[in-house]
Amino acid sequence: MLLKKEVDSSVRPEGKRVRVPRGLWVKCEFCGEIIYKKEIEKNLDVCPKCNYHFKINAQRRLSLIFDEGSFIEFDERLESVDVLDFKDMKKYKDRLKSSQKTLLRKDALLCGEGQVNGQKTMAAAFEFEFMGGSMGSVVGEKISRLIERAIDKNCSVIIFSSSGGARMQEGIFSLMQMAKTCAALGKFRKAGLPYISVLLDPTMGGVTASFAMLGDIIIAEPKALIGFAGPRVIEQTIRQKLPEGFQRAEYLLEHGVIDMIVEREDMKDTLGKLLKMLAPY
Amino acid sequence: MALQQFLEFEKPVVELEKKIEELKQTALGEKADSAGHISCLSEIERLSAEAKKLQEDIFSNLTPWQIMQLARHPLRPYTLDYTQRVFTDFIELHGDRNFRDDPAIVGGLAMLENEPVMVIGHQKGRTAKEKVFRNFGMPNPEGYRKAIRLMSMAERLKKPIITFIDTPGAFPGIGAEERGQAEAIAKNIMVMSRLKVPIIVAVIGEGGSGGALAIGVGDRVLMLEYSTYSVISPEGCAAILWKDGSKADVAARALKMTAKDLYRLEISDEIIKEPLGGAHQDIETMAKTLKEALVRLLQDLRKFSQDELLDMRYKKYREMGKFYEAVI
Repeated sequence: MLLKKEVDSSVRPEGKRVRVPRGLWVKCEFCGEIIYKKEIEKNLDVCPKCNYHFKINAQRRLSLIFDEGSFIEFDERLESVDVLDFKDMKKYKDRLKSSQKTLLRKDALLCGEGQVNGQKTMAAAFEFEFMGGSMGSVVGEKISRLIERAIDKNCSVIIFSSSGGARMQEGIFSLMQMAKTCAALGKFRKAGLPYISVLLDPTMGGVTASFAMLGDIIIAEPKALIGFAGPRVIEQTIRQKLPEGFQRAEYLLEHGVIDMIVEREDMKDTLGKLLKMLAPY
Repeated sequence: MALQQFLEFEKPVVELEKKIEELKQTALGEKADSAGHISCLSEIERLSAEAKKLQEDIFSNLTPWQIMQLARHPLRPYTLDYTQRVFTDFIELHGDRNFRDDPAIVGGLAMLENEPVMVIGHQKGRTAKEKVFRNFGMPNPEGYRKAIRLMSMAERLKKPIITFIDTPGAFPGIGAEERGQAEAIAKNIMVMSRLKVPIIVAVIGEGGSGGALAIGVGDRVLMLEYSTYSVISPEGCAAILWKDGSKADVAARALKMTAKDLYRLEISDEIIKEPLGGAHQDIETMAKTLKEALVRLLQDLRKFSQDELLDMRYKKYREMGKFYEAVI
């Protein structure tokens, strides 16, 4: 019955090697369970065994939130420029090109406006597969424009973050996107409008340390890894073992860093209710 | 040049200076005005000129990695060295009023010429013990919260703010994450973008990523000649993108992180010249040059109303970034 011949060998937590036919089955990166792909898709890409919320692309993310046919995309033509002529083991230009080709998207953010259970809102979602959802000039510009549009139209904002942080290949410009987006949010706050930040697995570095942590309400998906420094960097710096569940959504809720954890299937309704209660602005 | 602590690329100069020192000893042994004494003196003079020329040559052709080493030089002046020299009557204020006082960030009121200002900066330690006490200049969230407390006070009492940037980055630790390191940084950046008083930012050493930016949003951003400012340390960048931490020199070049680069990229507004050999060679002169710039810029910023200042600051950051937008 296998449609594809490709086979990929994986290791189960118990150490037993199993051969997993690629395409039909997927492995949960959290608990290692092998799951029939159709089953997990029906389950909104949530592991039926451990409730880990798999990464989904930006398009799917927003389609799960917005009322059908209500979404209009903004600024889809913004494209990154290799301003530093950056080359590590690969040229930045080539990294961009290959991501653009496979993901059919100019950069790592999808944004626009639409309605959530009848409530009008502007929203952005990261495309994690696009260079780790890293924030360079395009992401910073799109978020700033979205926030400014929302100010003009007296509208709320929701940002779904999933990012490794600032895009190193744009050097200091990527760092300055933190200042740019936070300044826009400062204006937005003064205008008395509500911003809901939704943190997905993973949200790290310069994205966490800017707009992602500035939500009036901060929501996370279960088990999402959220932090400023990555766990490996922390471990290497302090030379200690990290506590169980460190930097996971549940841990952050306990430490008062986020407001709540919301399951994928409840996200739309929760956002709709919040937007309704926060209106009128 | 101080002989005790020098960098690898300064070695030729240090060797020449050793020779000069030896000659001086020889000269002392010779009888005054004897032929030997005179030839020693002329040789000393010749070598001194040569050493100066050599040093000038070396320092006019530094690589980004060499500049990074100067920015991290163990003798480099830190914030508290400047608070004593650039200002008078510095009175340090402590604590975030919530958790603890973070010694990696210092702040307080001081007089800049005849004007009271709020001064805030990262602080590294000089001795081994002090380094640990200052956590190597890597703040925890409470450091950033102290900084924003002082800045908000300055806003309310209408005092301009001057910040000094010199940090490897915000501290990556368990407690830091638990107490909201990312939130502390984000909040500072947002609040600074709207503070109704003039803000001048001076990068005096290492500008380490978000940990630097958290006290680094302002109306004017200055960089000392041999300071750096970057989204990630060259070591960190090399480890991630080159999978080899020892490629830091290559990464330092690729990241465009020197004062000259940042001025060219229009991120910093001005480069402050350092004494030959770097700020640590002559702290008094360095402090004097820095003071002149701060006084001049503050006077300049005085011309603007609160609203103009905020609009200008917003625009300054709003325009940072390069992208391409296709028309259809």
